[in-house]
Amino acid sequence: MAPTIKLSAKLKGSVADIKSLMLHPMDTGSRINPDTGNTVPAHHITQLIFTNNGKQVMVANFSTAISKNPFFGFSFEGAKAGDILKASWVDNLGEADEIETQLA
Amino acid sequence: MKITRRVVLKSSLVLLALTSVPRLLMAAAWPQKTFSSSVASEALKALLGTDATTPSDEIDLKVPEIAENGAVVPVSIKTSLENVESISIVVKNNPRPMAAMFEIPPGTFPKIATRLKMGETSDVMAVIKTSNGIYSTSKEVKVTIGGCGG
Repeated sequence: MAPTIKLSAKLKGSVADIKSLMLHPMDTGSRINPDTGNTVPAHHITQLIFTNNGKQVMVANFSTAISKNPFFGFSFEGAKAGDILKASWVDNLGEADEIETQLA
Repeated sequence: MKITRRVVLKSSLVLLALTSVPRLLMAAAWPQKTFSSSVASEALKALLGTDATTPSDEIDLKVPEIAENGAVVPVSIKTSLENVESISIVVKNNPRPMAAMFEIPPGTFPKIATRLKMGETSDVMAVIKTSNGIYSTSKEVKVTIGGCGG
């Protein structure tokens, strides 16, 4: 799958500042397709999970009320250069994607 | 159901997704009940067992006073409360008020930033669950153009 996650991971001492931007329609299920007149079914990321060297550092549970192409930022401590940060999402239709980056 | 190529592709995509991201199966399940509730107090009860929260001035909730575009309302929450377990966002007047819930493991700062959809002017409430209780603070965001539907 083409990458749907952009990650920025900045290390300041032992604190990692993470910013993520996902490509996803986050359809609520109320939008009407202007061409067909039918409602577009809900299609949204349900969980976005971050691990650092395999240890979970964040679980974001999203509803349809998170904006299209979601942005999400957070920070954690105990990080060091060389750590592998992984971000993965799943959506309500079973689609998924993930990306890894090394903290530096 | 008719076995069309689309069905086969969709099923194999689901299988591929499930096998390629096994670690996701170890996360706490997505709290469906809270997200499908259409009443804020019910959504809170479904998620936290109660809708009673203690107002706290130790929660820093940043939202715009006026949202130019209800489809993209920036929100950031941080707190000096200790032993935070989760941060939740409730948009009282949204069709489904529970917007998000963030699980904060030890070592992660109780601080998040994201962007919300708001259907109309509403209070936005940050709810922080700690080992000592459930705290909240609220701010009104005025919305001129709603962001929930077509």
